Amino acid sequence: MIEVRQVVKRFGDILAVDGIDLSVRKGEIFGLIGHNGAGKSTLFKMMLGLESPTSGEILVDGQPPRGEAFRQVRRALGYLPENVVFYDNLTGLETLWFFADLKRANRATCPDLLAKVGLGDASRRLVRGYSKGMRQRLGFAQALLGQPKILFLDEPTNGLDPEGIREFYRILEELRAQGVTMILTSHILAEIQGRVERLAIMKMGKICAMGSLQSLREQTALPLRFRISCPDDSAEPLRLMLGQVGGAIVYEGSRGMLIVECPRMLKMEVLRVLASATKEVTDIQIEEPTLEDVFLGYGIERDQASKPNSGLSEGRQ
Amino acid sequence: MRIDFRQVATIASKEFWDRIRNRWVLVTAIVFAAFGLAIAYFGAAQQGGVGFMGIEVTIASLVSLVIYLVPLIALILGFDAIVGERERGSLDLLLSMPITRFELLLGKFAGLSAALAFSTLAGFGLTGILLSSQQIDLSGLYHYFVFVLSALLMGMAFLSIAVLTSVLASDRARASGAAIGVWFFFVLVYDLVLLGILVGTGGAIGAKAFPFLLLLNPADVFRILNVFSSEQARTFYGLATVFPQTLSNLWFLSLIMVLWIAAPLGLAAWRFK
Repeated sequence: MIEVRQVVKRFGDILAVDGIDLSVRKGEIFGLIGHNGAGKSTLFKMMLGLESPTSGEILVDGQPPRGEAFRQVRRALGYLPENVVFYDNLTGLETLWFFADLKRANRATCPDLLAKVGLGDASRRLVRGYSKGMRQRLGFAQALLGQPKILFLDEPTNGLDPEGIREFYRILEELRAQGVTMILTSHILAEIQGRVERLAIMKMGKICAMGSLQSLREQTALPLRFRISCPDDSAEPLRLMLGQVGGAIVYEGSRGMLIVECPRMLKMEVLRVLASATKEVTDIQIEEPTLEDVFLGYGIERDQASKPNSGLSEGRQ
Repeated sequence: MRIDFRQVATIASKEFWDRIRNRWVLVTAIVFAAFGLAIAYFGAAQQGGVGFMGIEVTIASLVSLVIYLVPLIALILGFDAIVGERERGSLDLLLSMPITRFELLLGKFAGLSAALAFSTLAGFGLTGILLSSQQIDLSGLYHYFVFVLSALLMGMAFLSIAVLTSVLASDRARASGAAIGVWFFFVLVYDLVLLGILVGTGGAIGAKAFPFLLLLNPADVFRILNVFSSEQARTFYGLATVFPQTLSNLWFLSLIMVLWIAAPLGLAAWRFK
């Protein structure tokens, strides 16, 4: 449905998108994860024909995103831009009418769409008085105009409350059942990981990993980290003991704190060593890094101190 | 690429109804009508008289007012047409619709032109109706008609320049600055510079080129259009002496005005990629 081949986008000196290949299959929900500024929105804009790539090729529903032929494709595209902004002087319903006219969608479907996204009661109120979440819902309704075949949703849950987020994904499931292809971006992996079939993780204009959640987990062999509190004088002996576990990396975090990093399969072995050292160990914390930690480097201050211990060093800064 | 006029009409109708709803059209029409009537009845106050002084004098006074007012109103109307959407963040959404950039531009221009036309025709039309209760002959009415129409054409020319500004500017603040600059240049500075050249060179450079240089300013084209549509005004201005007969043809001048509408819009379409 969507083919992206070797696409590069350069803005002056800045390389926003740096040689991306991906393809989205018909009827799948595809997630694009990355920090703000990773190039997700730029990639989106190129797929929609709003920006032209510096080099590379894009096909959406078999058409390059330009020219008269793509106008027909556009009728069947839905786009929810990041930070969607509408006209303050129109009501929700009038806003939807306007975009329905542009898309040649039936105006009569607008009230139902508004009800579907939870704006039924606010449809005759001016958008000026809408909250951020309501604007986002209106944007989603707009994207659904004309029964699109492909949906581009840029940070779709931005500004929604938890209830709204659940509702949003429920509608997405409904659309998936109808065979709609969807591609959505987020900077929060945890939120979309259970809801997309495949995802790509973008960093600094590149895709650093792609696949189903399961395959990403397998690829990464996520390392575990033990934080061990111990009295000062027992740090050294403990270090020697742990050093005997092949494959574990041991180093001193702060005073009275040892840190052990090891592949998941060594977990029990490390625990056995620690269990035998009742005198040396006063406390243990086990951290289980998520995919997010590995790919996006969120949270833990690991990266300055530790050495990469999986084959995914390109996934880190 | 094919132009889909339904898309143009959708954009145009939104722009037009926006101006109706926010009362822009109403207020502008009232301003035009108020100025029109004030000038018709008090225009001759300096000469010590109050009351209607005849259609030709009224038109001459209206021309000197409108030449300031209409370009300013048109520029203010159009300067944020594109840059406003861009700054608001709605441009990407609009362009993701099955619409080309040219259709969007054309729709914006058409809708804003319609708003301008509506208020111009309503405002000066009202004045015209009240004037026609006075004794006005057919040729006087014709000159008034030419005046209203040429005012609208001039407005559209400046609207077209405003739309160009809104395509070129990177933000609204710059666009409004540029629009004011355009007004300053064409309405205030241009004639002065022309006059300066004419006087400074003792008429050596200017005389032949002068009429053509006037055509390079839509405000001047408007003035000439109104001067040459009336015998009385022509002698009043004394312009006939410097202006060759061939260039003073009403249709020719209207064509120039239409070019002044099309050219900036064409340039805007070319730059809006």
